Amino acid sequence: MAMATTAGKSAGPRAAPRSFSARLMDGDQVAHVITFIFAASIMLITVLLVIVLWNHSVLPRNKFGLSFFTGRVWDPVAEQFGALPFVYGTLVTSALSLIIGVPLGLGAAIFLAELAPPKISDGLTFIIELLAAVPSVIYGLLGIFVVVPFVRTGLAPWLIRHFGFLPIFKGPCYGVSFLAAGLVLAIMIVPFIVSVSREVLLAVPRDQREAALALGSTRWESTWKVVVPFATTGILGSVFLAMARALGETMAVTMVVGNVTEIKTSLLAPGYSIAAVIANEFTEATGEIYLQALVELGLVLFLVTFVLNGLARLLILFTAQRGGTT
Amino acid sequence: MKKYAMAAGLCLAMALAVGAQSGATLLNGAGATFPYPIYSKWFDVYRQEHSNVQINYQSIGSGGGIRQVIAGTVDFGATDGPMKDEQISQVKTGVLHFPTVLGSVVPIYNIPGVTAELDFTQAALAGIYLGKITKWNDPEIANANKGVNLPADDIVVVHRSDGSGTTYIWVDFLSKVSPEWAGKVGKDTSVNWPVGLGGKGNEGVSGLVKQTPDAIGYVELIYALQNKMTYGKVQNKDGQFVKADLATTTAAAAGAAKSMPEDFRVSITNAPGKTAYPISSFTWLLIPTTIPDASKRDTLKDFLKWMLSKGQTYTADLGYAPLPKEVVQQESKAIAKIK
Repeated sequence: MAMATTAGKSAGPRAAPRSFSARLMDGDQVAHVITFIFAASIMLITVLLVIVLWNHSVLPRNKFGLSFFTGRVWDPVAEQFGALPFVYGTLVTSALSLIIGVPLGLGAAIFLAELAPPKISDGLTFIIELLAAVPSVIYGLLGIFVVVPFVRTGLAPWLIRHFGFLPIFKGPCYGVSFLAAGLVLAIMIVPFIVSVSREVLLAVPRDQREAALALGSTRWESTWKVVVPFATTGILGSVFLAMARALGETMAVTMVVGNVTEIKTSLLAPGYSIAAVIANEFTEATGEIYLQALVELGLVLFLVTFVLNGLARLLILFTAQRGGTT
Repeated sequence: MKKYAMAAGLCLAMALAVGAQSGATLLNGAGATFPYPIYSKWFDVYRQEHSNVQINYQSIGSGGGIRQVIAGTVDFGATDGPMKDEQISQVKTGVLHFPTVLGSVVPIYNIPGVTAELDFTQAALAGIYLGKITKWNDPEIANANKGVNLPADDIVVVHRSDGSGTTYIWVDFLSKVSPEWAGKVGKDTSVNWPVGLGGKGNEGVSGLVKQTPDAIGYVELIYALQNKMTYGKVQNKDGQFVKADLATTTAAAAGAAKSMPEDFRVSITNAPGKTAYPISSFTWLLIPTTIPDASKRDTLKDFLKWMLSKGQTYTADLGYAPLPKEVVQQESKAIAKIK
């Protein structure tokens, strides 16, 4: 408010004094200041978040130091806390969901943007955007009643029979597992990938397509070799948005992952994730260091997200540069 | 501008009106979720009988209740597990525990082809949850269930994944009957489980048990009764196999009443008595020892008296076991300690 009036004053000596709302409507400087404040608030919230997480995790940080990251034991009774099984579970379930979700989402986006008749495309897009708004607990229920039984009685026995020699498909499987969590997460993130990727593909200029067709390529060739590479940066953006959602997902994961503090190479084994353990144990945590260890897990999740997003930025920069030089 | 002034004035007027209405006595409490249904019933009935009293209760969990009591942000708290000594020392006003009702925890299982109510020895439950007993036809289980055709399949152990008073009661029992459990795992609202899958809430555990063949889990008695689930009997301290119900849960408290400590912080798992169900526990209200506000103090005292007399008649309908007579008498005397 104060800044807005001073900005108004500096512009004002010649003009007659105008009402605040009039200056807001057409004033560049006012708009600049106000939008800057809004943008700065995002930064402020992020910084505050880190400060709060940091300040409320003093005890475990001092007691465990860096071994918090490598510790495999989570024992509230003995007050021994290590985050590794949760970090591992978070990364495995998120990676799995991307491996399943990205081809599915990208394929759907290509169909909707390039191949489908407009009517079908609009209808399906509407449904997909609806899916993105479904609360995660609903996906969790879907997981419990459909995905988990399907994994236990259908998918897992089949995988064990045909690929059981691979360490990632070693049995037994009780249904709740990394695989079930990855599948549910994949279902949850596909709408994000489809929705954003479709917009990006539609934004590719017409002349790119026409040039490819004029050079004699088929429709699919123009899509796959020209349109998709042109939109790579945007598509990657949608994938990272999806990844962020998968990393932080709590409810749906805890309902299907099995909630076991162990590190197993088999995707059919149960595990745990960072967000899930915080949600599970926070309300009833009584000891001070126990509570703070859960807060520190929040800090770890923030760090994991931060690092992965940083890597994602680098990847986007890299692909954008390569796209520019070739 | 006028509009805003009017809106602000209206808000102020409403706030004043609400303030005037509740001008009598407002009590805020927070804590355990397990007794929430009976507490909200009590506070509702009590308010109908005492129009000048309003009691709000938020079921934020036992850990949250204890933290709020320590911070002094509530007039009373509630917990499923008694406060530890170092926690009590942090409460500036001092704090008293008052048992209100009883709950128990029962083993549930899903063994294809077995519909009988199984008998579980103490060693069997400890062995299963330690991961030492891995097959349903293990002699420790089979010898107690002659005539039941138990399969040679692997047992799938299920426990709560969320921190919970139910888990506290369950592992408190296991700690008492198995030195190995006490040494290796111990007791808290969540523990480092040697084996098993985690389900969120009673519904998560029962869902996993129902879905997974050869699974065993544990849920609150109320949950098992409401959902008409089959659950096992458990061997008590006197060697009897007892089925959990309201009477056997109260019997456990009666068995423990003889050795009741003055502050009521007592675990009644594995209590003596022929009919005592061994996996039972009190749930407590946490009341500050000194309450400077006279009207709040009198209201809380009166409510506690009401809770011990008339309040206890509402318990059975909601599936909670009432306090035994001995404990009611002991508590009635303790109310005088609130200053």
